[in-house]
Amino acid sequence: MSESLNSPGYEIPDELQGTVAITTLDRIYNWGRRNSIWPMMFGLACCAIEMICTAASRYDLARFGMEVMRPSPRQTDLMIVSGTVTKKMVPQIVRLYNQMAEPRYVLAMGACASGGGPFKEGYNVVSGIDKYIPVDVYVPGCPPTPQALLHGLIKLQEKIDKQSLKEVPWYKKAPSEPIPVPVLGPDIMDPRDYAKIREFTLQPVAPVQEEELSA
Amino acid sequence: MTEQTLAPALNLEERFGDWVTPDTRKGYEGYLVAPEHLTDFATALRDEFGYDYLASLTAVDYLPEGKMEVVYHVSQSTGGAPLVFKVQVPREDPVTVPSLVPVYPGAEFQEREAWDLMGIRFEGHPDLRRILMWEGFEGHPLRKDWKEAYYEADTKPFKSRWPAGQIHRVEDTLPFGKNVKYPDGFDPEKWTPVEEEALYASLKRVPSEGDLPTEQIIVNLGPQHPSTHGVFRMAVTLDGETIVDLKPVMGYLHRNHEKIGERNTYLMNIPFTDRLDYLSSLSNNFGYVLAVEKLMGIKPPERAEYIRVIMAELTRIQNHLFAIGMFLNDLGAFFTPSLYAIEERELILDTFEAVTGSRMRCNYMRFGGVARDFPPGQLERIRDLVFNRLPAKVDEFDAYLTNNEIVRARCEGVGVLTPEQAIAYSTCGPVLRASGVPYDLRRADPYSIYDRFDFDVAVRYHGDVYDRYLVRMDEIRQSIRILQQAVEQIPEGPVVTGKQQYQVRVPAGEAYGRVEGPKGELGFYVVSNGKPNPWRYHVRAPSFINLTALAEMCKGNKIADAVIILGSIDIVLGETDR
Ligand code: SF4
Repeated sequence: MSESLNSPGYEIPDELQGTVAITTLDRIYNWGRRNSIWPMMFGLACCAIEMICTAASRYDLARFGMEVMRPSPRQTDLMIVSGTVTKKMVPQIVRLYNQMAEPRYVLAMGACASGGGPFKEGYNVVSGIDKYIPVDVYVPGCPPTPQALLHGLIKLQEKIDKQSLKEVPWYKKAPSEPIPVPVLGPDIMDPRDYAKIREFTLQPVAPVQEEELSA
Repeated sequence: MTEQTLAPALNLEERFGDWVTPDTRKGYEGYLVAPEHLTDFATALRDEFGYDYLASLTAVDYLPEGKMEVVYHVSQSTGGAPLVFKVQVPREDPVTVPSLVPVYPGAEFQEREAWDLMGIRFEGHPDLRRILMWEGFEGHPLRKDWKEAYYEADTKPFKSRWPAGQIHRVEDTLPFGKNVKYPDGFDPEKWTPVEEEALYASLKRVPSEGDLPTEQIIVNLGPQHPSTHGVFRMAVTLDGETIVDLKPVMGYLHRNHEKIGERNTYLMNIPFTDRLDYLSSLSNNFGYVLAVEKLMGIKPPERAEYIRVIMAELTRIQNHLFAIGMFLNDLGAFFTPSLYAIEERELILDTFEAVTGSRMRCNYMRFGGVARDFPPGQLERIRDLVFNRLPAKVDEFDAYLTNNEIVRARCEGVGVLTPEQAIAYSTCGPVLRASGVPYDLRRADPYSIYDRFDFDVAVRYHGDVYDRYLVRMDEIRQSIRILQQAVEQIPEGPVVTGKQQYQVRVPAGEAYGRVEGPKGELGFYVVSNGKPNPWRYHVRAPSFINLTALAEMCKGNKIADAVIILGSIDIVLGETDR
């Protein structure tokens, strides 16, 4: 653990190893955050079962300081989108994301959360949560094995290591904008798309032709 | 046993005259009932012939013939093969059929589903709202002429992917970059969502008794709630802490299993069934291949039958372990019992991984057998598991939990379902058996080779949460018994009949294949028109239908108990919502 805390290039005498660290503000800030990521207790589908197994004794998320699963979005740092995102569920997911305090991260677990997976063509399926909220790490698999999820979490730690207090958005002056919550209409509607929807529905255009698809 | 499997000699025509006509289409069975006599027919069937259990209700859209058909499978709760009857109505809106909720309360959610997805109005239904999609959604998606935004062709394999090998992202060809579509003339600015209002309006509010007038409040549990086992939601009316009415809200994981399944070829559907009840993929495989094998008229070889039973029973054990662990979570014993349960489950998952290549998404059974034989040495490992490890661990579980004072105090007498209610609401699996109805398809209508094994049907008589827990414990023990016999008896030989093909030939007709899954009667209703893709593919999902009784179990209990009552049903959302 202390390797990631000490800034390279400084000699620390042997007798002080583990007692004294020479580091930067960024490093100690990230070191603290990367080792205590609290995921949200939030399961969507089959992938959630593998997530539970990852948290259980055999794979043991606690080794990374991530075992504290919180049911409330207010107390969490990480949303693991573990499963198929449906249109009916996406307003709630966006709302949960908005309720998480910054810094917040999103990990798309599995094929479904990353891009719709086997159910992509479904009429109630959102083809990837990144259509609505920003995603930091994608973990492939259907479901990803616990090892794969752990790998994804380690990648997230690496991402955190690279962040700097000077640039992170949550220390900017203005508060960050919440993501508009989609609305359940005749189909799911993203408020950001309203103008475009009107363009299409109020003056209908010809649907995309077969030939164009295979062109 | 054999008498039970034979369909009872029924002479319905004699009793009902011109109300019924035998279904003479090739490959079909059962009776067609005139819509105007449906309610009387069903009542008589229930009261005179003992068909008191509505197993499955679904609809088929026969677009080319211009007809809609509602298909009912009913059983006797004492056992035996199901009886199927159908109602046909012209395919012109509004399509209406009398509701059977007054006769079989278990039809409630299934009729709502048929309304939601097929657009069939059930006259006399107490609360006909959409169930999987939301109120306000445009169209009825399972109709054959309804097309989603990502529509490419009626059936797979899509020409653009195979053989052309063209790869494109569908969303790139769509105006919004997402799979959404809106009706012409629709203005999003003028839209007011109607879903929530319709839900709250459907909740009962009874005037409070006594001198102290109290206000009743509506509380939502879920869809994001730590104890609802996934994305499930309950809207509850409360009087103080007491539940007055409760409506389950589902569809948050509706993944369009059936629409996709009708587009897939028969073989392509096997991996999709894995994702129904995602804890027990092998049981799902089992039910589906049984249905298609019925249509094809083939049987797997002996060894494959044994392998199927071994895998299905291991699945049951790991499912029940997980269910018990999660149930203890709901009781507040947070995660420690689950850790014990998951430890054992991992051992079974190792077996699955060794045999099928995957821990959870096994995709293992095939029409006429299984995909591959056990790898060398695997049978010995299973033997060790079922003779040594698991029996000891179940005893350990028992010692820790069964007589635990808190478990008993919280579970006994809570969420009671009487046997009559359990049958009427079409509950199945451990929920039904905990209410004193010894109905287990492995005995009631034996399939595969279950008639060869010596085991008892687990049954308990109080119908409360505690008995449901006990039934699961008993069932683990019985499964271990079956496994012990199966691993001793399993013969050598091939594991699949004939040559395996990507495109199987399935003769036209209908079939209903059902197995006793860990959660109850898991049925697959498949209609083939002789083409490479099923015309209709319906899943009778035990988790979904068991929820019909949830409100009844919860009423009068405290809000905190709703959580454990739900936990005691053991639902999996992948199957509930499909
Ligand atoms: S990626 Fe696979 S395992 Fe995960 S939710 Fe989707 S279908 Fe289930």
